[in-house]
Amino acid sequence: MEGSTRDTWGSRIGVILAVAGSAVGLGNFIRFPGQVAQFGGGAFMIAYAISFLIIGLPIGWAEWAMGRYAGQRGYNSAAGAFHCLVPWRASKYFGVLGAMIPLVIFMYYVVIEAWTLGYTVRFLRAIVDPSLRFADVSDSQEYFTSFVGAAADGAALRPSLDTVLPWLVVVFLLNLVLIYRGISKGIELACRVGMPVLIVLCVFVLARVLTLGTPDPAQPDRNVWTGLGSMWNPGKTVVVGADGAVLAEVVDADRTRQRERATALAAQTPGATVVERTVLAQLADPNLWLAAAGQIFFSLSVGFGVILVYASYMGPRDDLVLSGLTASATNEFCEVALGGLITFPAAVAFLGVAGVAGAGTFGLGFNVLPLVFSSMPAGSLFGAIFFFVLFIAAITSSLSMLQPGIALLEESLGISRKGSVGLLGTLTALGTGFVAWFSKDLKALDTLDFWVGTFLIFVLATVQIILFGWFFGMERGWRELHTGAALQLPGWFKPVFRYVCPAFLITIFGLWVARNVFGWDPAGGASRGSPYTKALFVDGDPVAWLSVALVAVMAVGLTATIGGSRRYRDDSST
Amino acid sequence: MQPAGLAVMIASVGTVSILFVWCVAKVLTQPSATAEHMTGPDLHTPDMDRD
Repeated sequence: MEGSTRDTWGSRIGVILAVAGSAVGLGNFIRFPGQVAQFGGGAFMIAYAISFLIIGLPIGWAEWAMGRYAGQRGYNSAAGAFHCLVPWRASKYFGVLGAMIPLVIFMYYVVIEAWTLGYTVRFLRAIVDPSLRFADVSDSQEYFTSFVGAAADGAALRPSLDTVLPWLVVVFLLNLVLIYRGISKGIELACRVGMPVLIVLCVFVLARVLTLGTPDPAQPDRNVWTGLGSMWNPGKTVVVGADGAVLAEVVDADRTRQRERATALAAQTPGATVVERTVLAQLADPNLWLAAAGQIFFSLSVGFGVILVYASYMGPRDDLVLSGLTASATNEFCEVALGGLITFPAAVAFLGVAGVAGAGTFGLGFNVLPLVFSSMPAGSLFGAIFFFVLFIAAITSSLSMLQPGIALLEESLGISRKGSVGLLGTLTALGTGFVAWFSKDLKALDTLDFWVGTFLIFVLATVQIILFGWFFGMERGWRELHTGAALQLPGWFKPVFRYVCPAFLITIFGLWVARNVFGWDPAGGASRGSPYTKALFVDGDPVAWLSVALVAVMAVGLTATIGGSRRYRDDSST
Repeated sequence: MQPAGLAVMIASVGTVSILFVWCVAKVLTQPSATAEHMTGPDLHTPDMDRD
């Protein structure tokens, strides 16, 4: 590539914060605590740490190295990177996934982002008008259903502060303005301001949560320590019904008393028994590994092409090893040290372990937590701060999802940033409108998240780590990763890149497909059926089919764009 | 919370906090190479493709 003036990062801390901002999202504060609590802190964190070392870090570093290598040769998109890295005519078409996955995720993620902004304003209004505080669980559930339009398609597209529509317009335009300003003046600026603010505000909310104590003295079991214990105690004592379903989890500071309380509870239900789940027993459960690896994988935002594109704007002597490690460490700090200590303990302090169990990600975030903040002293202020934190986490992520598409359009069509933002803005507006309209039971959002936000990300991550270890070449990749690096990775990471990571990822992907596409339970072996495949092939759900059709149309369009680009053809011939 | 739970929490939170602080300190104290690529256009010559 001849010398050219390219958009670049303004500083090293800027690109690190941008990658960390891309990774830190709602999952850090809502999904992670629920996963730890479900499986027990000790066992989950062992699987989580192992997954961090053999999936999270290697895939991230591979993307950093491949992205910078391609960027130095004038390619910023995933299609250009794959075309540059692997000398096959078809390799550029893997880039379809690299642009399509972030774009489709943006279409529904920006809707969730609008929820967080809407809830922020709702709590700000509650400071002035206390009647806006939520009274009970059904109140917060009804508000959420109405706000997002889960009762009927199009129900939330009304001009009201208590529906998603105005907030969706605001966040969508804000994303477009920031992305139009470019890498350093848009994305980097937003993340340089947003990430420190996010961490400071989180620490503020954390201090409030950890000093909650026992909010209701009449219910001494409902306190912050029980919440923390429910998350972090290594083993679990649960009461299981005759049908095998978990009836209750008992948490106590003393293990013997915990067992006695569980036994007393089981005696009240015919056929119920007490089950002690030790760390080793839980580690033998494939579902735990699936959950821990999935959490690491999606939390770090590795494998879906954003880091690849971001790294392409880095300089030839920038430290990739340290940058990658710092971005991952920032994400882990936000997830484990902040998210892990805020949401679940606060919820248990007000609603008890039983009131929080099985709430799910959206249930915990938008049904349980609004009620929790409504119940605590100065809760409207802390609620507004907490949802604003979620908003910052969301917008720094959504910005990253647009850049791969921008890079592809600029590179393959040769159009300006203004033109590519206009084209992409129109495309994503249609997609976001589709998700916002088909809001009944959040069907469109859920379908796209399953097939694109999970299934296709697994595919692209597997492609990338195999390309890096086997086709780009381990030695070349290792050399690129260490060019300009002050840190030297230990040599045992080479087989991790080449063998362990792909094998582990493929195994986890296989288990995920077996469980979620074919409905097979890895722990019990029984087939339960999958609601996602059932919606497509048994029920023939029109929204599920339209969602898949949207993805197919985008895939065809991007394939045609890449295939028709003179840029890749011209470069192939040289 | 049981003592073992407290130990797991402290180990987990402590590890990620130490890693985060160490990384940020390392980034802030290390001379940045970014200025190098901001001084002029990137040059790429054919021999670089033969790596």
